[in-house]
This record gives sequence, structure tokens and C-alpha cells, in this order.
Amino acid sequence: MPEFVENLVLSLSLPFAIYALICTALVSVCASLLGTTLVLKRFSFIGDGLSHVAFGALAIATVLHIAEDMALVLPLTIVCAVLILRLGQSTKVKGDAAIAMLSVTALAVGYLLLNKFQAGSNIAGDVCTALFGATNIVVLKMSDVVISLVMCALTILFFVFFYNRIFSVTFDENFATATGTNAKVINTATAVIIAIVIVLAMKLVGSLLISALVVFPALSAMRVCRSFKGVTLCSAVIALTSSVCGILLSIMIDTPVGATIVALQAVVFATFFIIGLIRRK
Amino acid sequence: MVLIDCDNLSVGYGGRRIVSGINFQVCDGDYLCILGPNGAGKSTLMKTLLGLIPPVSGRLQYGEDFTARQIGYLPQESLVQSDFPASVKEVVLSGCTGRLGFRPFFRKSDKQLAESAMATLGITSLKNKCFRELSGGQKQRVLIARALCATEKMIVLDEPAAGLDPRATDELYKTLANLNRDKGTAIVMISHDVPAAKRYASHVLYIGDNPFFGSASEYAALESLSAGNGLTTAGSASATHKGVKRNA
Repeated sequence: MPEFVENLVLSLSLPFAIYALICTALVSVCASLLGTTLVLKRFSFIGDGLSHVAFGALAIATVLHIAEDMALVLPLTIVCAVLILRLGQSTKVKGDAAIAMLSVTALAVGYLLLNKFQAGSNIAGDVCTALFGATNIVVLKMSDVVISLVMCALTILFFVFFYNRIFSVTFDENFATATGTNAKVINTATAVIIAIVIVLAMKLVGSLLISALVVFPALSAMRVCRSFKGVTLCSAVIALTSSVCGILLSIMIDTPVGATIVALQAVVFATFFIIGLIRRK
Repeated sequence: MVLIDCDNLSVGYGGRRIVSGINFQVCDGDYLCILGPNGAGKSTLMKTLLGLIPPVSGRLQYGEDFTARQIGYLPQESLVQSDFPASVKEVVLSGCTGRLGFRPFFRKSDKQLAESAMATLGITSLKNKCFRELSGGQKQRVLIARALCATEKMIVLDEPAAGLDPRATDELYKTLANLNRDKGTAIVMISHDVPAAKRYASHVLYIGDNPFFGSASEYAALESLSAGNGLTTAGSASATHKGVKRNA
């Protein structure tokens, strides 16, 4: 048997590999569902900004020796998500600038704190893991899997239940508000959920690569699909297949998980882009 | 029945007034054209009518059994996203979203309403087309159908003819006139098209330095009067209107 197939068989017989597979698949599907509305609302960068905030929060949690880092990271990221979305609505430029400002500040503060106060010996390694995700997937615990499962179930439920309202608010917020849909609630809920998804995804692909999970499936789907439902379903399928294939591939050829998934999604986007061009002719 | 009654209304953003002293009424079945120069506050007035922003001062009263939510709305063309992936059916059906209440999905009656709205606007054949691939005139029809799903009582349109070619503009005006006549839907339209306003509207509201509100025929009479006097600019024309309205 070739070496990479042996690697694959060996890894898949271990429980943590299966955990990672399930977690990544679910989280990337959730990210892609929300990605559609974020991309269309011109909020593609929110994923990037929030992941940097989450990195900063993680650094604070590490420095303060908080055992359950989620307890600090999650609320802080949620607050920033709501802030960014609110600021973004006042004017477009402000929203852009707000995200840029918040994300670099969080990144800088996070790195600063880790460097100054962390007692651990391998700062560079820790920072690298937080930014680019684990180089292998052994780090996932059973509790991570459970949290991911619950959060993803909630996200999918939210999305299905509010699907029609999300469409209406995304397509034309003024019309939705004028005819009695509470756009503010939908927007805030979206912000909260994207923050949760990003914190979950940070463990898997690292904070620098998260926005790929959010924007790539939706952008790829938009090349070929012509209805909102089509784009939503298609982007979920793209997210699912590329994350599963990405993990298997990373095990086989021994590459970092997050980077492999994102590279795969970029390839999918390029393919769909070309298909879209051909179709339009 | 009076649907909207404005008395000395001032509108603006964040307490800063853009235009004040607006007086007008919209009744069941009216066709009101709001005219005025750019930046006069027409769109701001419209957002106030829709309940998107609060009035700065004055009185804005809705008729009995009528609320801001029962106003269908057609935004300025530029505000609708041009690359949005959505089918015509999805866009029209989204007009029913306000009636969802606590239900997650649309009812059969909502879907039937969307079908009949599409039939009214003659866009049933476009049902499965992608919204972003339609022509300007077709897009406007889709958005009117969506507004009809939200309400049949009143539709507010913000410069619907902007970006349309003359034929599409003409068709749009006819469609609106038919809606107004057949379904009794009150139409409130912001426009720069004075001839069309005189032709189709029942009432005209002019917002600017010298406000005017009255029937379209009054407005037309005044305009020809001022033209006879050699006054052709909108401002001076409306100055005459105001004077004549007082005399009337």
C-alpha cells in the first residue's frame, strides 16, 4: 500500500480524526450559510475582523490563565460582532474602517500580551497555531466536538426558521423594515451567530484563514446559481465537500488542515468562476 | 377614507430638519405625485411616511385601520443590489415576509398572492428568471409585484422611472394607472416627470421653496398660467401656485 493511503487508514481508525472530520464539516457548513448573507450585504470582511478579535481575546484568556478560554473569547467576540454590524450601518466607509481598526488592534494586543506575559516556552508555536490552526488535528477534545455539534445545530435551526426573513432583509432592508420585519433583530442575531461560528472555527483553521470558510462557498455558488435558495444550498454543499476532502487530503499528504481546506476552496472558486463564464456565453 | 394626513410636518435626520411645513393628505384611491428639486427632501419625506425615520416635528397621522406597515414601497433603483442572486418568484414572495408573524415559512395563501401579483404585472413568464438578469423595466415590475404582496392599499415609489427608457417608462406609468384604477391602490410617487404627473396623477405635492398641494388639474392650470406670464422655472411657478391656491 502506498504510504499516504496507509496514513489515511491509520488516521481514520483514531477517534480524534473522526471528531475533527465531524467538527470541521459542521462548522464550515454553518459558516457558509451565514456567508451568503454577509457577502451580499458587503460584510465579507467581518469574518476576518472577528477572528482577529477572537485571537486577541484568546491571548488575554491565556495570559490570565483562564482554564475555559471559551468563557472569555465567545462573549468578547459577540460584542465586537454586534458593534461592527451596527457601525457598518451608519455609513459604508465607517464600517470598513471599523473592521480594519478593530482587527489589527486585537491582533497587535494579542501578540503583545502573549510575548510579554506568557510563561510558556514556545510562543512562536502557540501564536502560529492560533493564527493558522493546528498543524495536525490531535488537539480536539470530546468537549470541543460536543460544543461544535450544539452550536451548529442552533445555527442551522436559526437559519432555517428565519430563512425567509433573512432573504428579505438581505435583499432590501428598507422594504423589509417598512413592511413590518424587524431587520435589527435579524441583523443582530446574524452577528451573534457568526461570532460563535468564528470562535468555533478558529480551533480548526486558525484565525487568519476563517474568512475563507465564510466567503468562498457563497462566492463560488454565486457564480453559477441564479436563485437565493440555490446559492444557499450550493454553498453548503461546497463547504461540506471541500472541508471533508481537505481534511482527508491533509492527512494523506501531511499538510496543515486549515491551509489545505482553504486552498481547496480557492480551487473550487476558480472552477466555478470558469463554469460561470462559459455558461454566460 | 384618509390614509395619511400630514399637518405642518417637518422631516429630516437625527433631529436636523431638511424640509418643514409639509401639509397634504392621501386618501383611498388617490394618485399623488411628489415633485421638487433634488435635495428638497422628497426621499426623506417618503422614509418618514414609511416609518423608517421619525418625523422631526408636526403631525403625521395614519387613517383608521391603516399603519405604516401597510405601505408597499419601491426604492430608488440604485438601492437595489444589482448582483443579487434571486429568482423573480423569491423576490415577489418576499413581499409577504411582514405577515409571517411567528411562522417560519410562507402559507399557501401567500404563495397564491404572489402568483396573482405576478399575473397582475404580467411577469408570470419571468417567474424562474434571475432578478439581476432582467431589464430595468422588468425589475420595476417585479418590485411593484413585491409591493403588492405587502399591501394593496398604498404603494410608495421613489423615482421609479429613473434609468428606464421612454417605452419602459410609459409602460410603467400605465401599469401604475391600471393598479390605481382597478384595485383602488393609492399611489404616491416621487418624480421629476412633470408632464406625466399632470397626465396620470390626481394630486400634486410640490416640495421646495414654495410648497404646493392640490389637485393635478389645479397644478396644470397654474403652470400654464405661469408659463403665460413668462415664468418657467419650477420655483417661480410654484410661487404662483401658492398664491392662487390661497385665493381659491
